[in-house]
Amino acid sequence: MDDLYREIIIERYKSPQYRGELDPHDISFEDENPLCGDHIRIDLRVDEQGKVSEAAFSGHGCAISQASADLLLESVIGKPVDEVKQLSKQDVLDLLGIELGPVRLKCALLSLKVLKGGVYGLGEGQAGDELME
Amino acid sequence: MERTILTATDFAKVRADFPILQREIHPGVPVVYLDSTASSQKPSAVIEALDTYSRRSNANIHRGVHTLAEEATALYENARQRIAAFIGAKIPEEIVFTRNTTESINLVMYTWARKNLQPGDVVLLTEMEHHSNIVPWQILAAERGIVLKYIPITADFLFDLEAYRELLKLGPKLVAFTHMSNMLGTITPAKEIVRMAHAAGAKTLIDGAQSVPHFPVNVQDLDGDFMTFSAHKMLGPTGFGVLYGKRTLLEAMPPFMGGGDMIKKVTFDGFLPNSIPHKFEAGTPAIAEAVGLGAAVDYLSAIGPDWIIAHERQLTAYAHERLREIPGLKVYGPAVEHKGGVMSFTMEGIHPHDVAALLDQDGIAVRAGHHCAMPLHQKLGLPATTRASFYLYNTPAEIDLLVSGLHKVQKMFG
Repeated sequence: MDDLYREIIIERYKSPQYRGELDPHDISFEDENPLCGDHIRIDLRVDEQGKVSEAAFSGHGCAISQASADLLLESVIGKPVDEVKQLSKQDVLDLLGIELGPVRLKCALLSLKVLKGGVYGLGEGQAGDELME
Repeated sequence: MERTILTATDFAKVRADFPILQREIHPGVPVVYLDSTASSQKPSAVIEALDTYSRRSNANIHRGVHTLAEEATALYENARQRIAAFIGAKIPEEIVFTRNTTESINLVMYTWARKNLQPGDVVLLTEMEHHSNIVPWQILAAERGIVLKYIPITADFLFDLEAYRELLKLGPKLVAFTHMSNMLGTITPAKEIVRMAHAAGAKTLIDGAQSVPHFPVNVQDLDGDFMTFSAHKMLGPTGFGVLYGKRTLLEAMPPFMGGGDMIKKVTFDGFLPNSIPHKFEAGTPAIAEAVGLGAAVDYLSAIGPDWIIAHERQLTAYAHERLREIPGLKVYGPAVEHKGGVMSFTMEGIHPHDVAALLDQDGIAVRAGHHCAMPLHQKLGLPATTRASFYLYNTPAEIDLLVSGLHKVQKMFG
């Protein structure tokens, strides 16, 4: 019972560091995984140099989706938005440090999909899976 | 239906009939399969019937005159007869082969309902329908302006007969309802629902996807106009389902899909449809799968549907009792005597996906999500639940494993 649920995942799920909402924010985006009803919203603040200065996520979902959101936001703070646009599926998997099957992969990647929908300035429902490649 | 009393030795034989139950999910961790409500497992008799058909008799059916074509046709139509007998249909022609319950319901929508329903006509559904018995009617509502009304469930998760009585005053043309909820396990009083619908002048469609596999069902006794079910939930193969319809109704319905086998005659100007049930079976059907379902109903008949539901009730009662041990666990569904072998539950502070994924590490297969019943989950204020479900091959020892698995989940997230 441990591979999928590494300590860091359980820990981030129970005590997330970046949970909340930012008001005001420069970027906000939300989406859900219809398969399991997981829902994530991400708010970002961006400084004058175009770097992410603050980030927060809200919503609900399984440990994998929530922990990946928390770890992902930690990793983007201080990064230029242009660099955030380049993040890929593999970056999230590296953060989580686990292998995932096709079903759970969707849980892990929901936060990346939301983040990318935000930094690309997409409208509701426009963030597709191709964003994560 | 003949009653069979199984001894412990008989039951051990039943277990041994299902090769997949011998499988280890991880080294040294055998499978504990508690997801039969989604798809059941196959006994050797079904696997062998599928295999033997492919090895010995494979050919296209109905028009060939060579030996293999004759054999394949005989096997396909013989399966229809056995399936008809299994649910007590008057004649085999009342059994239409489809891909699954979903297609069976869509067939009724695209043919019977499109011909018979007008804008403003009311169709009654229940709040505990699977998406397959909601979305087709929503499609027709958008296309034709029919009105959908939902018969509520009571606070005890039962079919609300009083509310139904009131809704019947709207003069619905069709009452389409589940015989057993795939999320709550609630068994509906189908015979009474049909009787009341008919008295109000409505036709009925019974979604038997969860009832036909698990307890005795006799379509003549129930008197429903249509009944639908899927092979893969009753020990048979995927991609195969059944629509039962009363002969007079089927005969008056337009065809479903156009193509080969559904015609008597085709000219450049038009076609004459075939007689029932072939009128609804366009194109080469799933022949091996029909043979497989035939073998599955033989197997279920030999065990006896009465025994199966009694066995599942025992397991469900035991599971209810054991799951109480787990703090923060809540089961959604009626009292055991009103339900089949389905346990949908939530654990406080733990997402159903995590519960299911952690149980999988112990080889325990359960389902997590909305179980294709999103509106029902919304009504209950739940994004998702975890569901364990039981069938004829499950044992109390497997429920013990489920409970110890859940204790571990609790410890990990607690």
